[in-house]
Amino acid sequence: MAKRLSVKDSDLCVGCALCILACTRRFAEIGFGKSAIHVRSAGGMEKGFIVIVCRACLDPPCAKVCPEDALIPREGGGVVLKPDKCIGCGYCVEACPFGAIFWDDEVNKPVVCIYCGYCAKYCPYNVIALEEVR
Amino acid sequence: MYELKPFSKVLYIDLSRRTSWVEERDDLVEEWLGGIGLGIQLLREENATSVDPLSPENPIILAVGPFNATYPLGSKTVALFKSPLTGNLGESYAGGRSSVAIKLAGYTAIVIRGASESPIYLAIHEDRVHFRDASALWGMSSSFTVGRVIAEREPRAGYRSILRIGPAGEKLVRYACVMVESFRHFGRLGLGAVFGSKKLKAIVISGRKALRVEDKIAYRKIYDRIFEKAVRSGLMKKYHELGTTMNVLPLNELGALPTRNLKSGRFDQAESISGEELASQVLGRRIACSGCPVACIHLAALREPYPHEPYFYKTIFISYDYELAYALGSMLGIGDREGFLKLLHVVESSGLDAMSTGVCLAWATEALERKVISEKETLVKLQWGDYGSYIKAVKMLIDQPNEFYGQLALGVENAAEHYGGKDFALAFGGNEMPGYHTGPAAYLGFLIGGRHSHLDNAGYSIDQKVREVLAPEELVESLIKEESWRMVLNSLVICLFARGIYDVDTVSEALDPLGIPIPPEELYRLGEDIYKQRYSLKIQMGFEPSSIKIPGRIFEVQTPHGTLEEEYFERALRHFNDILKEWDIL
Repeated sequence: MAKRLSVKDSDLCVGCALCILACTRRFAEIGFGKSAIHVRSAGGMEKGFIVIVCRACLDPPCAKVCPEDALIPREGGGVVLKPDKCIGCGYCVEACPFGAIFWDDEVNKPVVCIYCGYCAKYCPYNVIALEEVR
Repeated sequence: MYELKPFSKVLYIDLSRRTSWVEERDDLVEEWLGGIGLGIQLLREENATSVDPLSPENPIILAVGPFNATYPLGSKTVALFKSPLTGNLGESYAGGRSSVAIKLAGYTAIVIRGASESPIYLAIHEDRVHFRDASALWGMSSSFTVGRVIAEREPRAGYRSILRIGPAGEKLVRYACVMVESFRHFGRLGLGAVFGSKKLKAIVISGRKALRVEDKIAYRKIYDRIFEKAVRSGLMKKYHELGTTMNVLPLNELGALPTRNLKSGRFDQAESISGEELASQVLGRRIACSGCPVACIHLAALREPYPHEPYFYKTIFISYDYELAYALGSMLGIGDREGFLKLLHVVESSGLDAMSTGVCLAWATEALERKVISEKETLVKLQWGDYGSYIKAVKMLIDQPNEFYGQLALGVENAAEHYGGKDFALAFGGNEMPGYHTGPAAYLGFLIGGRHSHLDNAGYSIDQKVREVLAPEELVESLIKEESWRMVLNSLVICLFARGIYDVDTVSEALDPLGIPIPPEELYRLGEDIYKQRYSLKIQMGFEPSSIKIPGRIFEVQTPHGTLEEEYFERALRHFNDILKEWDIL
């Protein structure tokens, strides 16, 4: 079965950004530049946080707008990026209603969640978890 | 593009000319690491030792270090400037998203020079620096609203930090703070007034770069070890659960909780402003600085009815900490929890340092009580516990309707100099005291600490851990040793709550994969060197250790170590002077 990242309860999120930092640390780098997850306040930190992850759509809008078939729908939901085919047009970023496709400025291509769950291991409050797609 | 040297770029901004440029400062970073070590050198270069702190010639330096964004709890930024409160070294630390944003914007430090003619705010989005008009934001009554307006207007939510001043900074109250993300602050020593003097209302900075390390495998390994310690070892338990207000009851029990301008070390209503009670009655949300799993920021949710509209309520969120429970609670005799929170909210909206404000108002209350001043000066009847009159007084610190509030806005030492009552004006080196009446180490720490803060050298912790009173000479040396080690931690720049995690071996091992190999014994030496550099700059800026005054009050009230003796402090300060002379600093 395919897995995806699930936001269990965003009210538990403290906004520490450890998940975003973890995502870039997949490549043993420091920072946000390679991250496919984001957290921002819901209009002031006192109002809590919005956790933005790829929800592995069964019929992914990002793939539908890709002119080069660089985003291939994955069995069970979500997409797989074929970087060689990507021309960096950015249509996928605009198509995602969640804002869950990010951008790697260095290579000028999208950063898409690979559903590895590395970020969830560093969430101190279990806000996010890797789960089987139901 | 990747930064080839991710840790050495310094952004220079000239507010007078509205220009900015970047310099690679490997020369300084290689020798001084980052944070306080680097910042002291940058401050020295600005030739600010004899400038008026509120003149355009006073620089503002914001510095981060190798651990920001890199390791858990690497979450602080250090600000350096000449303090308008003390007239010497201004050094203040804040968390929030500041350090991660600065680092991932590609900088290790930002140097701000000059002053703008009209109100502006800076928008720094990685390589782009914008000077934005802030005339419309100038004069807004709430620092929270200023933050919201900028948050709506500027891009990159979640990747940015918003530093701003409230009306206190605009009005040059010498202990005005700079708010960071609403709930954190460059609190102490008046950075807010320096911003105000430059007509600099705010700085928004965003960054989302990826930075390379030298040894990828070792980096991830040591990261995981530190992360495990931070979340599972129990080292952070104190900050994690109740937050810093868990100190209220134990300190009160010891008789170390300054109460009613330190007429006592015990507060009869301590329970109601304790971490336990705050958590069970009003805790509404917990949040964290970027890069920190602990989430020590505790927000109280205060639900208030509208007086003229039935069934309308608003809920405001107020960040509480130990120092605030002390300064705006016990110190003013306020045990009414809601009253304490309301006062705190007004202090925060105004952009005042809560500790200095509390100590100033406590002095004014006692001065009124003793008829050193009259209601002609205070305009309201300040009375212990009467939070309503304190709220009015806070507003008058901003508006300064008479000479008295003008004088009080310059700090408690200044006000007492002017009106009398020096013996109970609780400032050390010109900085209003933190909330630790724990014994000789705390006070000696405030006196000789580089920024006259409890976090300089943690004397309060020595008082609580070491039962017998050390010889004054021995105490001085152990405070210097602790402060020297903290120079390393403040160069990295980690949150000092994580000092238990970052022992010397861990720091050395964690620096290694970043391409910064420094063996443990070298780290100690570096800390001592930074301490000396910093103290010598402090003295060049006008600090005179031999003329430092001790408020008589601290000798009148029993500490957990008994009554303190003046002679003990004289001996200690003599020894401190000798050490400075031996180092050729004096």
